[in-house]
Amino acid sequence: MIDWTVFTPWSALAGGIVIGTAASLLLLVNGRIAGISGILGGLLRPMAGDVAWRAAFIGGLVFSPALYALVERLPAATIEAGYPLLVLAGLLVGAGTRYGSGCTSGHGVCGLSRLSPRALVATVAFMAAGFVTVFVVRHLLP
Amino acid sequence: MHSLSAFFIGVLFGIGLIVSGMTDPFKVIGFLDLAGAWDPSLAFVMGGAVVVGLFAFRLASKRTAAFLGGAMQVPAARHIDRRLVLGSLTFGAGWGLAGFCPGPALVALGAGYDKAVVFVLAMLAGMALFEIAERVLHGRSR
Repeated sequence: MIDWTVFTPWSALAGGIVIGTAASLLLLVNGRIAGISGILGGLLRPMAGDVAWRAAFIGGLVFSPALYALVERLPAATIEAGYPLLVLAGLLVGAGTRYGSGCTSGHGVCGLSRLSPRALVATVAFMAAGFVTVFVVRHLLP
Repeated sequence: MHSLSAFFIGVLFGIGLIVSGMTDPFKVIGFLDLAGAWDPSLAFVMGGAVVVGLFAFRLASKRTAAFLGGAMQVPAARHIDRRLVLGSLTFGAGWGLAGFCPGPALVALGAGYDKAVVFVLAMLAGMALFEIAERVLHGRSR
């Protein structure tokens, strides 16, 4: 059942358009794919002349809440997972995105925008795994 | 110049994530919880981003160089293999456990959440483990 009280289609769509614009700019201006896991992972495999733009992009992401907070109050984030679960989840996300060559941004946004069948398979796979995991954690385990 | 533009595009990407609601793991898990009180908002994030991206990637396919110079670095891989599927499934499981994917986790880290710091450190460790495994198993050092 859809929970209409928490449904925020307009801000979601507006944020999506901004994300799509940023991904488009990185592609056209810098000639790069805005895949966060790939940009971050590339820093762990440093190559000459390939480090600065990656670090700058990640720096921009990390700095963005400070800039946002100058104009508007930051929306609160509710992180229910405890520390052990966060460590496990982080390890899975880190290793999985590198093994699968992408995450929500690289496969989900950029790959689907390129109409790449490879990205579609990846997106279906990580969405399905996400649905199943939440189903197990929220409805089967308790 | 490449780094300067990457920084500002990173800021824009982060602001898009904040506006969209993706930086709140509670909202992400609400989207992944099909069997519970489902919040379909995040489908609008990806939809909005992909609609913009479709134009950019069409435009990019006609160009050989980025605006700032240098080649357009668009992935050439087209094959759908075990790495892609297993990696994406692993990522999706981690995403469902904590509600964080790489981009939003970096933004939440910037917003000062201790739990996001822990998640990002674990994610970097997962990426590093992948790099080490690659080198040990395949002797790759691209």
